[in-house]
Order: sequence, then C-alpha cells, then structure tokens
Amino acid sequence: MELTRRTFLKISTGALLLSSLGLNLEPVKAYAAELRTKGAKETTTICPYCSCSCSIIVSVKDGKVINTEGDPDSPINEGALCPKGASVYQIVGTNNPYRVTEPMYRAPGATEWKKISWEEALNRIAKLVKKTRDKYFITKNSKGQVVNRVDAIGHIGSAALDNEECYLIQKLMRSWGLVYIEHQARICHSSTVPALAESFGRGAMTNHWIDFRNADVILNMGGNTAENHPMSMKWIMKAKEQRGAKLVVVDPRFTRTASKADLYVPIRIGTDIAFLGGLIKYIIDNNLYFKDYVINYTDAPFLVDPNFKTAEDLDGVFSGYDEKKRAYDKSTWKYQVDENGIPKKDPTLQDPNCVFQLLKKQYQRYTIDKVSEITGAPKDKLEEAYKLLASCGKPDKVCTVSYAMGWTQHTVGVQNIRAFAIVQLLLGNVGMAGGGVNAQRGEGNVQGSTDHGLLFHILTGYNPTPVASDVDLKTYIEKYTPKTKEPKSVNWWSNRPKYFISYLKELYGDKATKENDFCYSYLPKRDDTQNCSWLMIWDQMYKGKIKGFFAWGQNPACSGSNAGKVRKALAKLDWLVYVNLWDTETSSFWKGPGMDPKKIKTEVFMLPCASFVEKEGSITNSGRLAQWRYKAVNPTGKCMPDAEIMNELYWRVKKLYEKEKGAFPEPIIHLTWDYGEKDKDGKVKHIDVHKVAKAINGYFTEDVPEHPIDKKSYKKGQQVPSFVFLLNDGRTACGNWLYCGSYTDAGNMMARRGKEDPTGLGLYPNWAWCWPVNRRILYNRASCDPQGNPWDPKRAVIKWDAANKKWVGDVPDGPAPPLALEGGKLPFIMKPSGVGTIFGSGLSDGPFPTHYEPLECPFQENPLYKKTRINPATKLFTDTPEDVFVYCDTKYPYMATTYRVTEHWQTGVMTRHTDWLREMQPQVFVEIDPILAKEKGIKSGDKVIVSSARGKLWAIAIVTERFQPLKVMGMTIHQVGLPWHYGWKFPKDGSGGDSANLLTPTIGDANTMIPETKAFMVNIEKA
Amino acid sequence: MARKGLLITPDICIGCRACQVACKEWNQLPASKTKNNGTYENPPDLDENNFNRIRFIETKDSKGFRWLFVSHRCMHCGEPACVQICPAGALIKDKETGIVYYDKNKCIACHACVSACPFSIPRYDQGGKGKIAKCHLCIDRVKAGLTPACAKTCPTGAIKYGDRDALIKEAKAKGYKLYGETELGGLGVVFALTDSPKVYKLAENPKISESVAFWGSVLRTLVGRSGSTTTSFIKYLAQKSTEEVKK
Repeated sequence: MELTRRTFLKISTGALLLSSLGLNLEPVKAYAAELRTKGAKETTTICPYCSCSCSIIVSVKDGKVINTEGDPDSPINEGALCPKGASVYQIVGTNNPYRVTEPMYRAPGATEWKKISWEEALNRIAKLVKKTRDKYFITKNSKGQVVNRVDAIGHIGSAALDNEECYLIQKLMRSWGLVYIEHQARICHSSTVPALAESFGRGAMTNHWIDFRNADVILNMGGNTAENHPMSMKWIMKAKEQRGAKLVVVDPRFTRTASKADLYVPIRIGTDIAFLGGLIKYIIDNNLYFKDYVINYTDAPFLVDPNFKTAEDLDGVFSGYDEKKRAYDKSTWKYQVDENGIPKKDPTLQDPNCVFQLLKKQYQRYTIDKVSEITGAPKDKLEEAYKLLASCGKPDKVCTVSYAMGWTQHTVGVQNIRAFAIVQLLLGNVGMAGGGVNAQRGEGNVQGSTDHGLLFHILTGYNPTPVASDVDLKTYIEKYTPKTKEPKSVNWWSNRPKYFISYLKELYGDKATKENDFCYSYLPKRDDTQNCSWLMIWDQMYKGKIKGFFAWGQNPACSGSNAGKVRKALAKLDWLVYVNLWDTETSSFWKGPGMDPKKIKTEVFMLPCASFVEKEGSITNSGRLAQWRYKAVNPTGKCMPDAEIMNELYWRVKKLYEKEKGAFPEPIIHLTWDYGEKDKDGKVKHIDVHKVAKAINGYFTEDVPEHPIDKKSYKKGQQVPSFVFLLNDGRTACGNWLYCGSYTDAGNMMARRGKEDPTGLGLYPNWAWCWPVNRRILYNRASCDPQGNPWDPKRAVIKWDAANKKWVGDVPDGPAPPLALEGGKLPFIMKPSGVGTIFGSGLSDGPFPTHYEPLECPFQENPLYKKTRINPATKLFTDTPEDVFVYCDTKYPYMATTYRVTEHWQTGVMTRHTDWLREMQPQVFVEIDPILAKEKGIKSGDKVIVSSARGKLWAIAIVTERFQPLKVMGMTIHQVGLPWHYGWKFPKDGSGGDSANLLTPTIGDANTMIPETKAFMVNIEKA
Repeated sequence: MARKGLLITPDICIGCRACQVACKEWNQLPASKTKNNGTYENPPDLDENNFNRIRFIETKDSKGFRWLFVSHRCMHCGEPACVQICPAGALIKDKETGIVYYDKNKCIACHACVSACPFSIPRYDQGGKGKIAKCHLCIDRVKAGLTPACAKTCPTGAIKYGDRDALIKEAKAKGYKLYGETELGGLGVVFALTDSPKVYKLAENPKISESVAFWGSVLRTLVGRSGSTTTSFIKYLAQKSTEEVKK
C-alpha cells in the first residue's frame, strides 16, 4: 500500500492503541509499540545530492530531526530514496557530530585553528576584501579600455546553494568587481552547455527523469546512471518492464548499470567519438535516418562554403587551422547564403557541399573494423549496439541517452556530446517523449547555480558577461543579439536586450536609467582574450596573482584535477574564506600532507553554514524543475544560512566603502538589496528568500498602462507573468529571465504539488515549475510533422488543434502554428537558423566531432590521423612544474579513469561524514582486471600504490572481471579506475585514503576548459 | 490482515543499498567500523547494526558475465526454527502478519536461535553479549499500515512489500522461479529468480534440524513449569541443544 504523505501524517500523530504482550508464551496477537515518529511535525525538502531531486519528508520533535524518509507524493521518487537520500538524517540538525558549529580562524603561520566570533570574522573579511580590492583594482586595462574589475580576488561555489542564494552571491561578487567566478558546473557539465546549445539552442537536459519510461532504447554511455542517479533506474526499469525497452551500456567498465543492461559494450577510455562516429556512419550507410525530420528540421540540406574542409581532408584538422595559435580561423565554416541572406539548401541531400554529404565524408573511415581497432570493442557487440540504436529512426521508435562525466570531462568533451546530438537529429528523436539528449547533472542545484550565472562567462540566464571591447550597452546588445534573415525562424534570442536590461535594473534599481546605460559600466569586464575558468584560477593562484579567495560550498583540494597543484596554489593566497558544514581538505589545506604550516602565510576563515533543512529556498534539478524546500529546524550551533552570511558581507563591505571611500565604490554602494525588513540603519535584518525569489522572477518597476504584448495594464510592483512580458526600457526588473514565471502574483509556482498528468507521459505540469515557462520537454514542436500531427500519436507530447488554432499537451516550444501552416515557424526557436544544427560552426574545435586521443594515452599517434594526436584547439598548460604530462610512456603503462559510487558523492565531504555511507564504502579502491593483477602479484584487498606523472596515492585493490584488457591497435591495453570520493582530512586516522585527483592532468576541453579527469596514464605497484 | 511478505527480485536490483541505510535509519542503528576487503560488500556480514545487506556476486557461465546483487536478511519463515527453540518466548511469530519479531526484554541471550536458524540470521547486540537483533520487517510500521523501510526506499521495487499471496501471484505471472514459496512453511521473504538459487548464493533446500523441535519444547517446558528454573540452567540446556542441533 502506498500512502500519501497526508495519510502518513495522520497515522503518526493519531493515537495508536495496540494491545500489549500476553504473559504466557504463546504466539501473541499483536505487537505493542508506537511509531517513533508519532507526534512529530513534518516538512518536505528536496534531497541535496544527485540532481534527480527526490522529495524527502523530515520529521521533527522538540526542534530535532528524528526521521527522514521518502515523500510518496513526489512523481519523481514516489516515496523511494537511494542510499544517500535515505542517509540525510545523519547530516542534518544536530545529528552530525562532525559539523563545525562556530566560526574558526587560522592566523598566518599557525598550526591550529582557533575559535572566533561571527562579528570578528565578518569584520576582518570585509576589511580584507576592501584592502585587496583597493590595492589591485583595475580601472583601465593595458589597452586603455575601461574594465572596472579586480583579478586578485576569486570565488568558487556553489552548486549546493539554493537558487536564491546563488543569485545573491553572483550579484554580490560582481558588484565587488570579480571576474574569476566559477563553481562545480565548470568541472562537471560545462561541456554540455555549448554542445547542446549549438545543436538545439539551449544547453540543458532536453527531457526529464520520468520521461525515461517512454523510451524504446536507452543508451547509458559516458555515465553510470544506476550508481550516480539511482532514481533514474526506477523509470528505466519501468520502460523495460512496461514497453520492452532495451538498455544499452557502453563503458570501459562493467558497472552496476551494466548489470541491468540488455547489451554491454566495453570500450577504451576516451574513445567515445570513435564509437559514435561509427554509429553515424552506420545510420547513413543503411539509410536509417528519419528523412522528413532531417530535411525539414535540421541543417542537413544546407550548403556549406566550398572552401570548408573536413578533418578527413587535412589529416585531423578542419580548414583554417593555425598550428602556432592552436586555434581556428573559422571563416570557411559557414553556410552558403542566397541573395536574401538565407542559407541555400539541397533537400535531396546530394550536393557534395551540403551538410549531410560533408557529415558522410567526415565519418567515411569509421567502419566497424576501424572503430573496433580504436576502441577495443568487439565487432559483434558494436554491430548489435548500432543496430539497436539505429532502429530508432522510425517515427514511432525513440531512443534516448543518459550521459554524464564520461562524456563531459575530456579534452573532446563538447564533441563527445555533439556526436550523439547529431545522432539524435539524424534519427529524429529531439523533442520526442522518450527521446532527446539527457545530460545528467550531478548536484542538488548545479542546474540552478549554472542558470544563475556562477561561471565567469555568463550572467544569469546565460547572458554573456561583457568583455573589455563591449564598451557600452549599445555595443553589447549589438554583439550578442543574434539576427536572422530566415522568415520562418523565431530566433528567440533576439529578445536578449529585454532580459539583459531587466537584469541590470534588478541590480541597480532606480539608479539604473536609460541615460546611464542602466549602470552597464558597473559590471566588471574581463579582457577579450582573458579566460577566467577553473583551470586558469588555479594557474593564476599558483603564480601568485590571486590574493584573496572565497571557496563557498566546494572542496577544490579534492575536486580539482591535478589536486597537488591546487593544494600548492592555495598556499600562495593571502586570505581564504571557506564556507561549508565541515572542515575539509581545502579549509585545512595548510596542515595537509606535505605542507609546512609555519611557512604558509594564508589567513583562513572557516564559516559554518546551515544545512539544507535549516533554511528555506528552491533548487533546480537536472530536468530544469525548480522545487521548493522548507525549513525543518533552526541552524545548529552558531551556523548561519548562506544567505545571511552574504547579507553580512554585503553590508559590512558597503559600510566600509561609504565610510572610507576607495576604488570605484559606486557598484557596491548603489547595489539594490531590499530582500527583507530593514533595521534603523538600513541593514536587512534577515534575508526573506521569498523576496529574492520574487526579484528573480521579475516585477514591473512602474505602471505600464498598455503593455505592447497584450495591451493590458500592469501596475508597479506586480510580478511579471512570464518572460514574454519583459521590456527593454527599464520598466521591468528581473534577476533571471529564465525563471520568469516561477513566482508570480498567483504565488510560488515552485511550491506546487499537483499530481495531474493529462498527457499520460509523466509530464506532471502542476508539480513545481520548470523552465522555460513550465515546458517539460524542450523542442517539442519537432515531435510533430510540419502539419502539426505527432510523428508518434501514441506518445504525443503536443499536437495542433486546428479548430481552436492552438497546441494542446505540453507547453509548446513556441506558440506559433506548425511549420507548414500560415505563420508557421521552425521548431528550434533558440537557434537563429530555426533548425537543429549538425554543422556546429560555433564551436572552437570543429563543426563535426572526430576522434582525438586524450592528452595522456598509450600511443605516439592518433590511430586515425598521423599528424594530429590530441585535440588541436585545446590550451596546453606548460608554465608551472606541476603541469607535467606523458603519453606512450612505459613508466605509466595503464589507462586510468576516475568515477563515482552510489554510496558516496563528489569529494565525499558530505558522505564521508555520514557514518552509514562510510560504513559501506570506507576506503579508496582501484579496480583492476585479473590478468594485470596476476602480472603484478596483486590480490583483492591488497594495498597498492597508483601513480601518475603528477602524484600518487594508495588504494585497496579490487580485482575484477568487470575490467577486461582490450585489444587496441594490435596492443593489449589494461584499464584501471578509482573513485575520487576520498580525502586525507576525514576519517581522521587517514584510513579512507586521499583524492584520486592527485593523479589527474591539467588540461581541459577546447571550448570550456572542463578538466580531463576521465583519461590519464598510471602505474600500479603493490604497496 | 493477510500474511504479509516481501518479494525480492535480484534481477531488478541495482545494488544501491538504500535498503541497508533505510533500515538503519528507521531502527536508529549506528554504523559499524569497516574496511574494504577487495569488494563493494560491506559490512561483511549481518550484525547488530545491520539487519539486511546486499551480497555482491560476480558470476560467469554460459549466459555470460553477470553481477548480481542479492539481499541477505531474515526470511521470516512460515515455520520459524528460532521461535520453536527460543526458551524464553522472546522470538515471536505474529499471528496476523506472519512476521517473526522479538521482545528484547524477554531474551535471555542463550543463542539457541543462532544455530537453529537454517539461514544463520540471528545476531546479538552489544558486541554479541547483549540481546537478539535481526530484521523484524518493521512490524511497527506494518501495524500502522505503512511499508517496511527497505521496501519503501527501494528505487526499482526490487524489494516489494504486500500481501504474500498477491506478491507470489504477480511474480509467477511474470515468469519468475520462486524461492521460498513452500520451504519452511513458506518464507515471508520470497525471492523471484531467473536461475538456480545457488547462483544467487541462497541456501538450497533449507531445513530445520529435527532436534530443534525437541530442544525447543524441552527448554520451554522447563521455563514454563517452574519459576525457580534459573536462567543459567536454561542457558546451559540451550547450549546443549545448540551442540545437538549443530550435529
């Protein structure tokens, strides 16, 4: 019997009268005990872990959390929880004995922490911020351009913050002039965003978790969904059971997901594009692509500049490559256009310059034989996989992919994902129920934190951060607002000015006027060629260029690739502010292995923050669904909610600048910050997250008597109903246009709990709220033919109601009529071309993916290209002694990768401090195949040393057949893998081990610099 | 209430071990100290803090390589040997639901149940020196109309709770071979398999030793008849019975 939460509540608080044991020894009638949750107060929250965002009921008695279990009402988890979700009891409130409960301070050269009051800590930090900012503020750069920024202070974090806190922190840090702003998203799914945005128009998971049950074939590749997103398996197993769906797992290692697969294909680490290129060739050669979809909804028929050359023509590079710069001149990477500026097309797909034929040429050598040679995958398994996936090009057969770090964390990360995006466009699965390209984000709110602009290159809502040559608002708008000549293209990003200006208006309120460009000049600008991403932060910090740093809800000493470099870089800081629930390898870096505290001058502040049930706010899951979380108990000890810490820092820095003047104080002093009742001095007493959420949604700043969109009148202070109503003239303020509609005059849409599912596809339109405008499946107009009839009527996401001239079903991705009707529009409304993009010219390393070896690989040469071993457009790090790498080196003969286990999460800060989880996976291990183990004399349970060119660590050996040596290019390649969840700080006796990132290299993807933590070479010896 | 049970289907288990954690959460059990013995399996055995755990089994046969995740826990036998032998009546079979639960207050820590159990399930708390500890199928939740913690938390429904008859019917309709349908009076925890029990490391042909019934009646008669029978005497006899049963 599945009970709803309300019933649960009734039973636990009702008086249960049960008979007691009889005195004789006969089997008795009934059991005598009351539920220990009887009389408890219940609230709901959302799990902080993987981004499935399961709902949890928290029971509280006497101000203490006494129970946590699954919320049966959530359509995502239906009362179930994975081991991490089931364990949150042990990290909340006073249930965790390891939490830091008052601020701590480490003085320069000190060997220990000392306790400090909040007042002292916050005052000192504010002083340091001002001192460093004043000293290193850059008004104009070396070219004389106004930049108004400070490079000497950096900030990372956090995907663990609620949306409202993410919004506040980016607002605060940017008002101080920071450009080195990054967080978990960079090292996790930063490659997803341009890959999907280039292909379809938006950089997020196209469908959502429950939708897996609608698929016919599910590919799990570059990911391990059963272990890292366990609740996804609820829906994948349902697809298998209810519709006979097939699960295909392609992975170097036989994982817990592979144990449930209908087909498992082993491949060599870092050869995903070889596999996927082979699939593209298979689809084309066997005519299995969905013709109508391809011709009408993609750029396959578009003609490309005849001077464009594929990587086949030029031994691994595309036309326009500059070897010295390691970059491309992309001028040949463009469509041919007619006299109206519209791309020329060949709907027969025969023209040798059309995208389709160029695609065919690009993969002409990706035969099954060649793919098997490069990947080591058996030919019969390849063929079986290709057959299964390629069968989904029919209108009524849909496949999908669930992927994560195995695709993203490579020098070819973006292209890995692009390869499958191309597959899905060929098969016509984008916009379909059970289809799409499903990026599995991995953190409670990493989707939200990315949406709210916590990366150096984006503001909220994916508006770009300005660079130095974007001298004024006009220039910015001109440069970043795409135009199109295609009359059938909606080109939704043409609305960017409304979103950007409304954002500026939220930042600076009344001070932002048309006359002063809405305070545009207050935004810090990085130099045009200045890359401030994650890898650059540690590089700059190592070189002494970053003096002060905020590591907020992150543990880079364990999560950063080449962790040794990160740890050494931290030692160069003047000051570090660390916000978390526990003291970690980062906050205590100065007493870590190999560190001499007496020589380290960094002042460190450990600020203990509240756990997720000790505050209120929203988080957004991988399926773009924003759900509300309620407060269950007060913060433990002296812990403060992050929003309050931000409030304190905002106020104190502002006061210092008002009192003492300093470098360019205006962006700080004029920042709006009206998120709660103010005291007599004007300081917000407590942040009201509802006020923040409302500001993020957006409101009218003055009366609008006749709105241009609907001619209705709106009053000052009213919430903006959706981003369609945002204006570019300062009459609307909006923190994040994507979230416009999440908190309207009707209320908090994110807190809704409606269980209706009118389409039967599991969309649940009234459960919480998703962006954009509550549209559950993106690009859903592509799920219908040009007349508006669903390609697959049995899984109709939307369909055109001709009588009423509107779409019914999910929120249509653009309300315009179907393509073939009058006023009809193309389905990919965020792309200027209006179509799905196979020829991805917006990327820096090629319009088509092609196989390159990882930086560290077993070969001298790329099996495909003699001259181009690795991605020719990635930045090589060579400046510091830490940036070493090897390839085809006998000292490090084994290919290695890092991964995760269900029982732990990320750097293990939360899960190592959870006794129940640590019990199941207590120590770092390395999995090796039995043949390699025999060669090295290693047995399961032995301690071994795993080493790379950069570092080493011990691990417990698990000898298993789940890794098999592969035959690659005539060689036998052994592959090994380790989880990266461990750190020297806890358990205190060091028995858990340290971070596998001590092994990984300093190099990133060519487009986003996501580190290549998934492929490197190691040696293994018995300890 | 009809007889309740669990249906465990290893073929849809993803080895996540939410069941291990949810059980500990509901029963407020601490963690044991563990180390990695060259496997994901932990803790290495049931203990006072772990009423259920998952066995990780790597196996290779004509069907190919498989990684199986199989629950290890009390079977809630229809004819529970532990109840039969327990001299203190601490182990009880609930008439209504068939759940085999216990009253720690009555337990005299004689350990007779340990050897009587065909599956070697009962454990003792306080490092083995305390009272009986094992899965009680969350009888408190069941009596309140709720689902046992492990079944509720299971993401894929590999552990399913319900009326035993209905669960068996459903599993048969899906073509599974059942383990525990009739053994030992029918187990309360039935496994739905697609291969022989041996592959899943389930005890083949579990039986209760005949001497269990004998010793059980002896011990209980002694306790019941004379209030002056001391606990230590019962314990002595119980240990005797244990030796007998072990033979």
